[in-house]
Amino acid sequence: MLHPLFTPEHEEFRVTVRAVVESEVAPHALDWEREAHFPDWVFKRLGDLGLLGLRYPAEYGGQGGDWGHAIVLAEEMARCGSAGVGMAVAVQSEMATPPILKFGTEEQKQRYLVPAIRGEKIACLGISEPDAGSDVAGISTTAKREGDGYRINGRKTFITNGARAHFCLLVTRTDRNAGYEGFSLFLVDTDLPGFSVSRELNKLGMRSSDTAELALDDVLVPSSALLGEDGRGFVEIMWELQGERLIGAAGSVAGAWLVFDRTLRYAKERTAFGSSIGTFQVNRHKFATMATELEAARQLLYDTALAWERGEYPVKEISMVKLYAGEVVNRVVNECLQLFGGYGYATETGIERAWRDSRLLRIGGGTDEIMREVISKAMGL
Amino acid sequence: MTATRFATIPRAGLFTEAHDEMRAGVRRFVDRAIRPHVEEWETAGDFPARELFRQAGQMGLFGAKYEEVYGGTGPDLVADAIITEELARCGSGGVAAALGAHKDLGPYYIYRFGTEQQRQRWLVAAVAGESIGALAVTEPGTGSDVGAIRTRAVHVGEGWRISGSKAFITNGPVADFIVVAAKTDPEAGRTGISLFVVEAGAPGLAVRRMETVGWRTSHTGELVLEDCYVPHEALLGQENKGFPQLMECFQWERIVMALGAVAAARQTLDLAVAYGRQRQAFGRPVAAFQTWRHRFAELATQIEAAQSLTYHALRKTVAGEGAVREVSMAKWYATELDWRVADEALQIHGGYGYMMEFPVQRAWRDSRLGPIGGGTTEIMKEIIGRSYDL
Repeated sequence: MLHPLFTPEHEEFRVTVRAVVESEVAPHALDWEREAHFPDWVFKRLGDLGLLGLRYPAEYGGQGGDWGHAIVLAEEMARCGSAGVGMAVAVQSEMATPPILKFGTEEQKQRYLVPAIRGEKIACLGISEPDAGSDVAGISTTAKREGDGYRINGRKTFITNGARAHFCLLVTRTDRNAGYEGFSLFLVDTDLPGFSVSRELNKLGMRSSDTAELALDDVLVPSSALLGEDGRGFVEIMWELQGERLIGAAGSVAGAWLVFDRTLRYAKERTAFGSSIGTFQVNRHKFATMATELEAARQLLYDTALAWERGEYPVKEISMVKLYAGEVVNRVVNECLQLFGGYGYATETGIERAWRDSRLLRIGGGTDEIMREVISKAMGL
Repeated sequence: MTATRFATIPRAGLFTEAHDEMRAGVRRFVDRAIRPHVEEWETAGDFPARELFRQAGQMGLFGAKYEEVYGGTGPDLVADAIITEELARCGSGGVAAALGAHKDLGPYYIYRFGTEQQRQRWLVAAVAGESIGALAVTEPGTGSDVGAIRTRAVHVGEGWRISGSKAFITNGPVADFIVVAAKTDPEAGRTGISLFVVEAGAPGLAVRRMETVGWRTSHTGELVLEDCYVPHEALLGQENKGFPQLMECFQWERIVMALGAVAAARQTLDLAVAYGRQRQAFGRPVAAFQTWRHRFAELATQIEAAQSLTYHALRKTVAGEGAVREVSMAKWYATELDWRVADEALQIHGGYGYMMEFPVQRAWRDSRLGPIGGGTTEIMKEIIGRSYDL
């Protein structure tokens, strides 16, 4: 039976998305991994198919769907074979743009959300800085009121889509003395004077997606670039992070299931000492353990996504989903690499790629350690 | 704690408001009739079984799976699951096990495989809490390998003569009737097992109580059957169909073990957090040290994961779908977790954790049975692995 997050309509949608991913994206995945880049047309194509606006209202070009659809997309994107593509798409549709719908003015929605849903404008999200990652409140990028607008100075790093984005949802400090009430969000066009990509970062995994360090030197933006309320940026970005953590976990857990399935097939075919290696009891129990933990991760994700969909704000449980998924996915993929033996270590099977890619889940969108901080605080500790 | 913030999530697939009310009623019963007595009963290694079974029967705790005609309030498997969760919070694994074994084992088999006459004879009184039931499968020489049991039932005249021994039988020493698995075709292995209802006092039946490291209030027994005669009506279900019957009912036993383990783990974690908050070291509460905060976060996370996994198995089962794989997953994962939580809870108590005057040692001892009883973790992993054709 389907989890209550899903209806049969979601499953039809899954079939459609799977076909698109397998026929249009997956064939290029290896090239893109090698080139450490995937072309912009992917955004446009997914936009044309309506896949970048699943949860957005029809009036902005969205599909009017729900979190069930968003999770299906994340899960099916994992099938493309290049996790970096799924991550870039998730940044576009579920990380950098939801705050525009929730906090934006009509003008901002028309200017940024509508083209982002079409895949015409690529979005990035600027939170982390060279000297502030987990400690979001420690960022130093400042936006200073000046005349009718703001002057922004600072550095952002580890920015997915950063090298090619048309606009950036930027987290800044507007008041150094106001503590958590001193942060504000801005929508900044990347072609403004003073906005530059200071360098592109080379990464261990997620290699097909581009990751940049951004420099903002005296970038002048009008007041209309302010997203949401001046001084409310911290709370607003914390809200954004909830969806980000759910969608990140969804893609990773689905990716780990695919690796599990492949490894299961391999373990049945591969023989050693006269029998298939999967039938050695030690390995059979490894598969049992992996499947159990992956299923637990998936069910916790679905239960939590349903609560989120129904309008709750389950920060503790979302952090649990992210933490648990990160741990389980990494453990599972590492175990699968072990089961593949030398072939797991060889690039040609792609197992090592999944192993490298999955490592990010325990860092990006809030580290394991920050998740445990959030959870223990929610427990009153 | 069982009705956590998650209550709104699984309700979508499982719990209704009527269930919530029912849960509150069971919780009140547990808080009134069990919790205040737990320390006394545990010290005595006993509890007033007859009296408590009767009270629980009057509360309807044994009838959620059955129709009104048997004195039940169901059939409602979700309600039955709630009763398990609430009993698991009673503070004594032994009491929860005794009531649970009656709720989910012996009498349940009579409902599932019994004739109308057998149900009237044994189930009705069991549902009312007027009698106590047990299930005897495991033997001194065989546990996980059910097909290898050696207890033998031989056809004689109008009935059967049963010979053999059974071990680790919850409620065995206090039971009025015991569902006993025996070989009716010793050549046949799994396909030669049948189930019989043996009543207390049957000639040739001897029962001895076994001492256990945990579950000390419950009565765990060893049975010796020596040419124990039972009439023909004692055969439960079809002859030689005992193995598939057992496997069918094991599913529910494993689900309730998982449900109980998650509920107990929550309770134990609460206990540990509460102690860690009030215990001071180096000028602050022990629970305020980052290493403990993160360990608590980790355990709480795994408890929610176990909860979601267990409700997934329950949801599938309630919908009538086969869920052997999911049930096996939930059973091993939740019971192992319960014990791990208890071990960490014991650790934060330091020296007091090792003292019998603190309840945490009991959680540690009681929870250790989870990964053994009802099918070991190793057997669960065999089942899961085989479900993937390994």
